[in-house]
Amino acid sequence: MLLIACPYCGTRPELEFVYGGQAHLARPKDPAAIDAQDWADFLYVRDNTRGAHAERWRHTHGCGRFFNALRDTTTDHFIATYRVGEPPPVFTGGPKAAP
Amino acid sequence: MTGSFRAATGGHIDRSRALRFSFDGRSFAGLQGDSLASALLAHGVHLFGRSFKYHRPRGILAAGAEEPNALVTVRRDDARCTPNLRATQVELYEGLEAHSQNRWPSLAFDVGAVNDLLSPLFPAGFYYKTFMWPRSAWKALYEPYIRAAAGLGRAPAHADPDRYSNRYAHCDVLVVGAGPSGLAAALAAAGSGARVILCDEQARFGGSLLAESADAHGPAIQGEAAAAWLARSIESLRRNRRVTLLPRTTAFGYFPHNMIALNQRLTDHLANPQASLPRERCWQVRAQQVVLATGAIERPLVFPGNDRPGIMLAAAARSFLNRYAVIPGTRAVMITACDEAYRAAIELHQAGVAIAMIGDVRAEADGAWPAAARRAGLPVQTQITVLGTRGRLRVKAVQLARVDADRGVIGGIQTHACDLVLMSGGFTPSVHLYSQSRGKLVWDETVQSFIPAQAAERARSAGSCRGVFSLAAVLEDGAGAGAAAARDAGFAAAPAASIPALDAAMAGYAGALPQPQAAAGSKAFVDWQNDVTTRDLALATREGFVSIEHIKRYTTAGMATDQGKTSNLNALGFVSQRLDKAIAEVGLTTFRMPYTPVTFGSFAGFARGDLFEPVRTTPIHDWAARHGAVFEDVGLWKRARHFPEVGEDMHTAVARECRAVRSTCGIFDASTLGKIEVVGRDAVTFMNRIYANAWNSLPVGRCRYGVLLREDGFVLDDGVVARTAEDRFHVTTTTGAAPRVLALMEDYLQTEWPELRVWLTSTTEQWAVIALQGPNSRRVLQGVAENIDLSAEAMPHMSVAQGRVCGVPALLFRVSFTGELGFEVNVPSDYAIAVWEAIYQAGAPHGITPYGTEAMHVLRAEKGYIIVGQETDGTATADDVGLGWAVGRNKPDFVGKRSLARPAMSASDRKQLVGLFTADPRIVLEEGTQVTQAPGQRLPLRPIGHVTSSYHSAILDRSIALALVAGGRARMGQTLSASTAHGEVPVRVTSPVFYDPDGTRLNG
Repeated sequence: MLLIACPYCGTRPELEFVYGGQAHLARPKDPAAIDAQDWADFLYVRDNTRGAHAERWRHTHGCGRFFNALRDTTTDHFIATYRVGEPPPVFTGGPKAAP
Repeated sequence: MTGSFRAATGGHIDRSRALRFSFDGRSFAGLQGDSLASALLAHGVHLFGRSFKYHRPRGILAAGAEEPNALVTVRRDDARCTPNLRATQVELYEGLEAHSQNRWPSLAFDVGAVNDLLSPLFPAGFYYKTFMWPRSAWKALYEPYIRAAAGLGRAPAHADPDRYSNRYAHCDVLVVGAGPSGLAAALAAAGSGARVILCDEQARFGGSLLAESADAHGPAIQGEAAAAWLARSIESLRRNRRVTLLPRTTAFGYFPHNMIALNQRLTDHLANPQASLPRERCWQVRAQQVVLATGAIERPLVFPGNDRPGIMLAAAARSFLNRYAVIPGTRAVMITACDEAYRAAIELHQAGVAIAMIGDVRAEADGAWPAAARRAGLPVQTQITVLGTRGRLRVKAVQLARVDADRGVIGGIQTHACDLVLMSGGFTPSVHLYSQSRGKLVWDETVQSFIPAQAAERARSAGSCRGVFSLAAVLEDGAGAGAAAARDAGFAAAPAASIPALDAAMAGYAGALPQPQAAAGSKAFVDWQNDVTTRDLALATREGFVSIEHIKRYTTAGMATDQGKTSNLNALGFVSQRLDKAIAEVGLTTFRMPYTPVTFGSFAGFARGDLFEPVRTTPIHDWAARHGAVFEDVGLWKRARHFPEVGEDMHTAVARECRAVRSTCGIFDASTLGKIEVVGRDAVTFMNRIYANAWNSLPVGRCRYGVLLREDGFVLDDGVVARTAEDRFHVTTTTGAAPRVLALMEDYLQTEWPELRVWLTSTTEQWAVIALQGPNSRRVLQGVAENIDLSAEAMPHMSVAQGRVCGVPALLFRVSFTGELGFEVNVPSDYAIAVWEAIYQAGAPHGITPYGTEAMHVLRAEKGYIIVGQETDGTATADDVGLGWAVGRNKPDFVGKRSLARPAMSASDRKQLVGLFTADPRIVLEEGTQVTQAPGQRLPLRPIGHVTSSYHSAILDRSIALALVAGGRARMGQTLSASTAHGEVPVRVTSPVFYDPDGTRLNG
């Protein structure tokens, strides 16, 4: 079970959270203006990253808030968690620190 | 009495406590401290089981968790019957009843052994190759036979009566393994004040020290006998209140972020466990730091006939001798590739076992132990290989030969009579848990094994599991790791003076022993548990497999419960020989959890029976139960399905309930409906964006049927939405989808439209909902509603009013899911039962009748009202199910709108909701029935739709069905065919509204 640092509540076990898919995919402001291919990409196409992956989590059984996280998919270690609206931290790879 | 092969002295056994036990019905005596394996070996029993595939007689190979052969069933009663236990790990208790497995009619004479002769039919991947023809025979003949013959033990047929517990724990340092390195690590960490958990799979702490001779030949630690150091160390840890000692506890899984799962066995070793005690406890330990001191496992040697009973690992023989005072034979031959094994020969020789020959496969054997063996007069030869063995139920002889580098035999074949063969191919560091933690393993030339390199977790390995073998070095390594772990966890511990070097002494040999070209035929086993031979691996490489992961799956080497404990490196060595690639290049397969098998009970813990999952009940539940309701599960909810009267079956009860609603008045508990309050300045904007409908035009005091789409345009949920104030909506959802809908709303609100001032609150459990449906419902309500004008003018269909019902503040909806005049009374849950009973009483003169979800389903289907998840399946649009009118197409945007503009979403051949009448009105189609073109089509039939709902309608006195049919709305009147188990059933396409299509009753 992962330990996840909610930016609002602190570190809690994974049980309290729900995964929310890839982060930083903003819904187009005017979907009608989007062509079919771009809309399909928005709906269905996701990264399958080996390494640092920006993703959304929701602290469902805590504060209920969505936040973003940078997780290394090869180790499941979180590099950072941050609030919605904040940019993802710069991560250049390299050895991953255990949490 | 406890066996003629019991040494007169020594061993960690209590000679004053004899224990009776049985094996395959035969009675034996053993001693407190025995394992089932040692107790039987003490009686000269070497035949323990039959092998998985070939049913070959098998004995004891090892002394611990790595034992691949001696799988037994231990039985307390029909329900408490545990298969596939390793006899080497089963602690003896008074009255223990054990049975061998995978044999019929008896262990000594097993019919299945014919498989050994038929083995050409069972090569690696045989299920892809043989038993293919005729095709029909696979299911009827081959598979049942193979399944019955292949085998492990049988699971008990009864429910498990034992209790299982679980516990979460946190510690600074978790030490896995209480051998010398683990003990040293725990002592060092505990000395710094850290909270330490020390676990070991065995009943006694000590690990390899338990297999050491306790006499003058035994090792010394810090100037005292190892046994004395062991006792003192354990006592010191026991006295430390910050240390938790967990014997009989296997660390079986390593999960991310340093969570380790432990399986603690609490009662399996007791003759009469108290019923109140849990049998096992599953620990989930979150450790700041982990020290893995998991030891090393001796490798067998691979030669023809290496699996006969009486052939065991040298270290296992030492363990039986020194720990259990059991002499595993009378005349032994030893084959070794490592110095350590000579100690076994020397100690067995001292215990009176004749050593017929020590054959060393290496060119030279000049270490201290080989020298000691020669001094003791034991015959030693080098450059030895094994050509074969003899003996059916026990080994009788071994054929040895000296071979040169070209596998040429030097000086003839020697045959040595014996009843015990010891073998040692060196030691493999046990890196299972480390590998599970995703730590990087590297091939080490010195150790000739894969050892831990870069840890992925806050973990370190110590002792022989990382290639440090000599006792002094192991202790130093353990102490250093324990101190370092404590320091990293924030405690002051002195750093280690030095880090012990890796040790080449246990490198040994990996792969098959060299065979002269001519020798071929008998089986040389690599994986005992899965019956994988060198021939299987050779076949795999010959057929072109090069990836070790593929070879593993094709041959099953290293799979299943064994996880390659004794076989992995030999399989790698053999494949590396065949592919002419270094082992490091061949690579290693991934180790899977669990390290050793864990009972299902341990995983389930308390979560069984009433505690399996929570049960949700409405405030009306007890009333319904008292009135004879039959309940159904809807998600976690218990819902009243129907209220049968005496003598009624479900069909009759539902028909009566339906008629009551259509003729007088029904009362229905709709409290499970999901309810979400949407409040705030921007509530209407939010509703406009989330729901497909238009909301601006909805005045306060009115309701609207709402449709919620996913962003891909398909229907996600529906429900009635009431505007109770300018800035307030009372949204209802389907029973099962309430959390999902709220989560979706929160998602958009928080992440896409954070500027909206809207608050979302689940009110599902705050409001109880009492539905009154039927022509008399207004009359019933008039007796109990206060300050609410119920007239059709003041309160038309789809309106909402606030007032009091039975004196309780209420939100009253005029809505209908039945097609009749209907109301839904929302009252605070705490008052619900009082209001329900008052209404029920007031309704008695008007024929009020409670009805359940089944009647509700029939009534709504008669009206063609859909249920999301029944008529829809995630690929249906609102238009497909006849709800196109609800979609606010003129709104600039809403969730799912862009997707609706895709041409495919409005194609004319989409599946559309229609009604179906079977030609024979008595036939009620099964839901899910496939619908095809008109009857009499040629095979294969191509379905053009399927039945989504199907009932007998009492009011129409015939069956009705709703279906999704391609281009259905253009097929009105057509005759199609429904494919049923009883043949084709002609059906006529009709409107999905079967009853009162003009809605006159609804608006009454």
